[in-house]
Amino acid sequence: MRNLWIFVSRYNAFFFFIIFFTVGIILTIKNNAYQHSITLNSTNAIVGSAYERLNVAKRYLNLGQVNDSLALENAKLRTELIALKNVDSSKTAVIKDTVYHQQYTLVSAKVIKNSINLANNIITINRGTNAGIEKDMAVISPQRGIIGFVLHVSPQFATIRTLLNKETLISVTIKKNNAFGSLVWGDGNFDVSKAFVKEIPNHFKLNVGDTIITSGAGGFPKGIEVGRISKPRSNAGDGSIEIKLFNDFSTLQYVYVIKNRLAQEQKTLETQLPNEQ
Amino acid sequence: MNSKVILLNIFRWVILLFVQIFLLRNLIFYNLSTPFIYVLFLLVLPFRIPNILLFIIAFGTGLTIDTFYDTIGVHTTACVALAFVRILFISVSLNRDSIDEPEPSLGNMGIKWFSIYALLCIFVHHIFVFFLEAFKLNEFYYTLTRSLLSVVFTLFVVLLVEFIFHNRKSS
Repeated sequence: MRNLWIFVSRYNAFFFFIIFFTVGIILTIKNNAYQHSITLNSTNAIVGSAYERLNVAKRYLNLGQVNDSLALENAKLRTELIALKNVDSSKTAVIKDTVYHQQYTLVSAKVIKNSINLANNIITINRGTNAGIEKDMAVISPQRGIIGFVLHVSPQFATIRTLLNKETLISVTIKKNNAFGSLVWGDGNFDVSKAFVKEIPNHFKLNVGDTIITSGAGGFPKGIEVGRISKPRSNAGDGSIEIKLFNDFSTLQYVYVIKNRLAQEQKTLETQLPNEQ
Repeated sequence: MNSKVILLNIFRWVILLFVQIFLLRNLIFYNLSTPFIYVLFLLVLPFRIPNILLFIIAFGTGLTIDTFYDTIGVHTTACVALAFVRILFISVSLNRDSIDEPEPSLGNMGIKWFSIYALLCIFVHHIFVFFLEAFKLNEFYYTLTRSLLSVVFTLFVVLLVEFIFHNRKSS
């Protein structure tokens, strides 16, 4: 027993190393496998408010760009408004559909912490459960393009697992022929402006420049533009298609979180199916 | 350890982590090279620090960085590994009884010893950071390139900072 104690105290550095190292590894694995059980992330109030303060300065420097993008959005909305005002109302029947009226509502939020350099990127926004944000809601960018899904929520903040994350998988279709596929980013790709569409059957003819939109399955409303094809069938083997994303993650300032009024109903119905996951 | 040393190290910790979190977190070259200057704090902790305290400090520092980087566990593990390499290297390269310098800085130990020491520690730390972050081996060469280029970057910044402080002390 005494010898054992001498042995342990002589090589104490090694035993301390084993203990602390194991704790570190456990933390890492837990975080990677479940992405939960964490209060030590940027939804944490202290860290969140620190980032928010830092962002006040940062936002000021980007005012020009933000103004441009807002002006662009205004222009788009005005165009739509004019188009709607000029609808010939005598020919359009008014349908009061109380079930489908406003299925989707948008909540705007400021990005207070952005990340694009990691293998699994997560951003933090300044809206949380107080603004009605819930886990797994879809998030889109103010111009064109999609952002990702809500990962954690606290009363004031929420984190979003962006498209730039190995875990994110989004159902998309090709606009011209409605072929379904899934949008992924990772797997050896670290370019924030590129992503890949997988599982499109080989018999569909694809061209450079075809638009990719969301399919309507899995949280996003149908028809949000995601990107354009830049290389059809890039790697001959797995048939994945390289696309260029419309939105720029590195200058992200504002996002819209999509509240789907019927999400719960759809989910309940779909869990009744026996063989779907 | 007197209170002056403790205060100096707390000051260093705050400054280095502040720089790391609010400045260097946004700095990356070609998606390949990013510096982790905060390891300098662990490199220049005093020689006489007990092993257990060194590990606790390394663990805490890593956890703090992880909290801000949203990568719980990655930097923590890497810092603990760094602490272990630090203890190993010091016990192999120096005779523990004949150490009369307070801490292993560039000014105290000379450029040759300090560069090897810093290179080894930073190398181990970065390898752990990048491989734990990727958490799989099928992008092995890409991850290796990222970590090696970052080692070069961090080492450069660490030596630069040490040179500046060294000169200021002696003049």
